[in-house]
Amino acid sequence: MAVLGSGPAGFYTAYKVMSSIENAVVDMYEYLPVPFGLVRFGVAPDHPEVKNCQTKFEEVASSPRFNFIGNIDVGKGMPLASLRDHYNAILFAYGATKDRKLGIPGEDSVKGIYSARDFVGWYNGLPEHAGFVPNLESGEEAVIIGQGNVALDVARTLLIGVDEVRKTDMTEYALATLSKSRVKRVHVVGRRGPMQAAFTIKEVRELLNLPSVSFRPIDPSLFPSSVTKLPRTTKRLTQLLLKGSSIPAAKAQKAWSLDFLLSPTQFHSSGTGSDDLSAITFGKNSLLGPDPFDSSARVEPTDEEVTMATSLAFRSIGYKSDPINGMKDLGIDFDERRGIIPNDGYGRITSLSSDGTGIPGLYCSGWVKRGPAGVIANTMEDAFSTAEAVAEDWESKQPFLAGGQGWDALKLEADQRGLRTVDWNGWKKIDAVEIERGKAKGKPREKFASVQDMLSVLD
Amino acid sequence: MDAENHRIYSRARRRFTTSPVAKHGHLDPPKPGEELRVTFIDKEGEEHNFEVARGDNLLDIAQSEDLEMEGACGGSCACSTCHVIVEDEAMYDKMDEPDDDENDMLDLAFGLTETSRLGCQVKMSKDLDGLRVKLPSMTRNLQASDFSGAKKS
Repeated sequence: MAVLGSGPAGFYTAYKVMSSIENAVVDMYEYLPVPFGLVRFGVAPDHPEVKNCQTKFEEVASSPRFNFIGNIDVGKGMPLASLRDHYNAILFAYGATKDRKLGIPGEDSVKGIYSARDFVGWYNGLPEHAGFVPNLESGEEAVIIGQGNVALDVARTLLIGVDEVRKTDMTEYALATLSKSRVKRVHVVGRRGPMQAAFTIKEVRELLNLPSVSFRPIDPSLFPSSVTKLPRTTKRLTQLLLKGSSIPAAKAQKAWSLDFLLSPTQFHSSGTGSDDLSAITFGKNSLLGPDPFDSSARVEPTDEEVTMATSLAFRSIGYKSDPINGMKDLGIDFDERRGIIPNDGYGRITSLSSDGTGIPGLYCSGWVKRGPAGVIANTMEDAFSTAEAVAEDWESKQPFLAGGQGWDALKLEADQRGLRTVDWNGWKKIDAVEIERGKAKGKPREKFASVQDMLSVLD
Repeated sequence: MDAENHRIYSRARRRFTTSPVAKHGHLDPPKPGEELRVTFIDKEGEEHNFEVARGDNLLDIAQSEDLEMEGACGGSCACSTCHVIVEDEAMYDKMDEPDDDENDMLDLAFGLTETSRLGCQVKMSKDLDGLRVKLPSMTRNLQASDFSGAKKS
């Protein structure tokens, strides 16, 4: 089986397939020289414990039935069609590589608006963001549009003292930029209410517990009157949000707020020849029934508007997957609207145009299967369900791709195409140098933030 | 897990560690006369009985016995993959209350019950001798075989 992508979706599916199907061999393709996807490039540097799942991935990779093939971009450097001819199955687990846009005036023309995905990738050393330099010195206000956990990661990064993250694996250039930040107040804005917000309780609690950071209390009318009757999870989150922070605003150095029922309608620049962001206008929303406190309640716009003055904004309204070149030739009809590969819910890739039957040998897992949401535990469960589908199809002798020699054959093609690949030993060398580079600074590692630097370790 | 995998994974498990993780794969046996009994009931309903030492946590026990429990964060209370359900409410009440961190993670667990705990946070003690816990199904979906409409043609 070929696996495209080396994040949690790819690794957990590989693990379960290898342990369920005797003699199954997995070749994992990764476009970067380094593995682990969002565990390396998405998980916040101050959440090192979340990265412990890498221990499991190391175990998987140590199997003689597993090959890591880094630095090969399938669909670009290596055609997808070449993989089709050499494997019984292809698993698409390449995640969500784009972020959703707001589509409102000023979004592309006004300066000072950043994508949260770019920001997170930047402080985590994702090579494609090497040239990204956020200006955090333009003012004291920051507005984050969106209320998922990525939005809260961005908020925490702006609010936490830079000394608190110096000993993490956050890149040095990001630490340097953050140390010059003038941001004092962060507004995390959502279009619906607190009962519909996507963030989870741990991330909220962390922000509320930050020393010297106050939290603006939330309007109690946004919550149902009888909190104790709510289901456990909602009740605990509601109680936490109502309790707020113990730090009084007068004693705090920084502050944050959750601002609800606001949809951005326009970014403004200060005018007079400047493209710099000066303010954002939001339309106020109201929650719709039958139960406005239901987690799936919708909103409708009102006639009211509110304008927030700010010179810094982050867009954090979700990630989005993109199709890979050559998918169509395999019969995959990528769902552009939902940003996922159409599948039967278990990870068998189905054709949109046909009657929902699977395409033999093609599977997906993770965010490209079910959309960009959830924590690693969700992706693990999801990956296991795809792996069970693969194993079940294999055992019941369902049709697969023709198979072949896998990487043994494709290696020749990669050589002919002049592609330089990085195997697991290569990654371990890069890993060792990164860890060594971090030691002097008391960090778990100092990441290489460019592909060239990663590869130079192997020269 | 087949025999070969078992060998591969248990060997690799001891070879590599990153940032601090709970030990896996190996637990010291209890001293004679101090054995504590614990039963895991897997998602197929099969019972697994072990005699363990005081202080061992349920995640370490499950992993050293190769039960299907992930512990993705290495026992640092940062995920919900070692979710267990305590069978007997009276036994649940004997445990120390879960703290905020554990409850925050349990809130994300699939199939949360009134007696749910994270295995990494439950340490065996004399009071918990005879503890019985169930492992919830790790996959949210129905078994694929229950979903005939989407079977491959």
